[in-house]
Amino acid sequence: MYGGGNVFEATKFDDLQTEDPAKLAEFEARIARGEKIEPTDWMPELYRKQLIRMIEQHAHSEIIGALPEGTWITRAPGFRRKMAQMAKVQDEVGHAQLLYSAAETLGKSREQMLTDLINGKSKYSNVFNYPAFTWADSNIISWLIDAGAIVNQMANAKGSYGPYSRALERICAEEAFHLKYGHDAVVHMATGTPKQREMIQAALNRWWPPIMTFFGPSDKMSTHTETLMRWKVKMASNDECRQQFLDMYVPKIWELGLTVPDSKLKKNMETGQWKYTEPDWDEFKRVINGDGPCNAERLAVRRTAEERGAWVRRALLNPKAKYVRPLA
Amino acid sequence: MNELAIKDLLYKLADDQLILGHRNSEWTGFGPILEEDIAFSSMAQDKIGHSLAFYTLLQELGEAEPDTVAFTRNANQFHNSQLVELPNGEYDFSLIRHFLYDNAEIIRFEMLSQSSYEPIAKVAIKLKGEVKYHVLHANTWIKNLGASTEEAILRLQSSLNEALPYALGMFEQSTYEQELIDAGIYAGEEAVKAEWLKRIQAVIEKTELKLPDLASIEPKFGGRYGKHTEHLQPLLDEMAEVFKIDPTAEW
Repeated sequence: MYGGGNVFEATKFDDLQTEDPAKLAEFEARIARGEKIEPTDWMPELYRKQLIRMIEQHAHSEIIGALPEGTWITRAPGFRRKMAQMAKVQDEVGHAQLLYSAAETLGKSREQMLTDLINGKSKYSNVFNYPAFTWADSNIISWLIDAGAIVNQMANAKGSYGPYSRALERICAEEAFHLKYGHDAVVHMATGTPKQREMIQAALNRWWPPIMTFFGPSDKMSTHTETLMRWKVKMASNDECRQQFLDMYVPKIWELGLTVPDSKLKKNMETGQWKYTEPDWDEFKRVINGDGPCNAERLAVRRTAEERGAWVRRALLNPKAKYVRPLA
Repeated sequence: MNELAIKDLLYKLADDQLILGHRNSEWTGFGPILEEDIAFSSMAQDKIGHSLAFYTLLQELGEAEPDTVAFTRNANQFHNSQLVELPNGEYDFSLIRHFLYDNAEIIRFEMLSQSSYEPIAKVAIKLKGEVKYHVLHANTWIKNLGASTEEAILRLQSSLNEALPYALGMFEQSTYEQELIDAGIYAGEEAVKAEWLKRIQAVIEKTELKLPDLASIEPKFGGRYGKHTEHLQPLLDEMAEVFKIDPTAEW
């Protein structure tokens, strides 16, 4: 589950000055023709760096994202939900595995990426720094966060890097099931007992502000963004994704008789654009930089898992084995 | 056909799988490598699915529906062996438990697929193909890690010693043991245990682990008739936390 709002490497346009102009032109022509770039193809260093960063953030978001919902696996009410919740969260871990492999094709090992995650060097989707207080929170995540992730990932699946694009196609197929599962769970809550209704509305109220920041702040059209879009690394602007999400899901939320906690939320029928209360981007920045309700806890869990599992990885390590980058 | 004897058998099969499935699912997000998170989650899903199949047979014999049976009983009403309720501990303990448990489980399923009680036989035939993969997973990892670093071998050996009394507790005999054997419903715990011993020995021999003398170990019995460690009730409380908000609600 990933919504973009990437933290891209701060770059200067001069970064491209060191690249061979002929190769760069050919590379850009290939992308313009809609060809995919494969791991052994020539690519500018900047392209490689930004892609590693983006895929890595996505992979981290999948394993960290497994934590808030994972808490509810052991508490899911009844066999049907218990089995589905297990399968759903397992998928997210599977996505991480797939994405780490895709990022590895660009030359950074999984171990290194995980080390950067627990050191706080790499980021992950900010929404997972918020807690899932109740079963209803977990349902809202399964439905709306996965929905947001699909909007972003469907766009990125059309990107130029072959391994990432193929991984996203598989991931989107699974996310589509999560969306159905999440929607079904929310429908049961919203049409259930007064207590269930109260739980799901409270969860929606808690999750709405993080959902609105899920796609990241408005993009400023810098040279940097323009280059990434030309290279088909970034496929849609954060605002475009947010608008698409609102357009697809606000009516579905209203259909269930739930209230979206934003009095300004309204669609302008002439422009087709949604108006909403501007999310608190200062909070967003604060949380992304480590000061959110769950940042420390999420990383601590991951760090503990890494430390407790270190002996297994040491035991599996064959000293004679040579590291080989996966091909795709 | 003695219905009480069959129910007794079904309860222990179902409860073992529900509780171990629940424990396996606790690995999601915490595994030593992502592939093991995923593997333990797959086994958790299978085990809980298997428990549901057996609770469904119980419902056909007049017991309450599976959700009620699984989510509303207290620890003293559970028939699982104590082995499956123990906390996951470190990966070495979870792996050893998985190895000891699934090597017994596959034998139960093989025997039950020949059962004279057709509903059990049908379920066992259908599910044993899945348990086969659980055994393959356990045996592969034990062989790998059990012949790797000193650290891994020491950890596994210590977990093996710790888990064995509980593993032997799996073979606690039913009140209806002889009736079940005589009626050809189930070959009985002694038969399972004898075969289990051969199979786990064959794997352990391929590693640097040592199987302690089982005759000197006092099995931890009691689980089959409601005597549990202090770990089961908190597990059940957690499992039922949401369900009990309103057991009549549809979640």
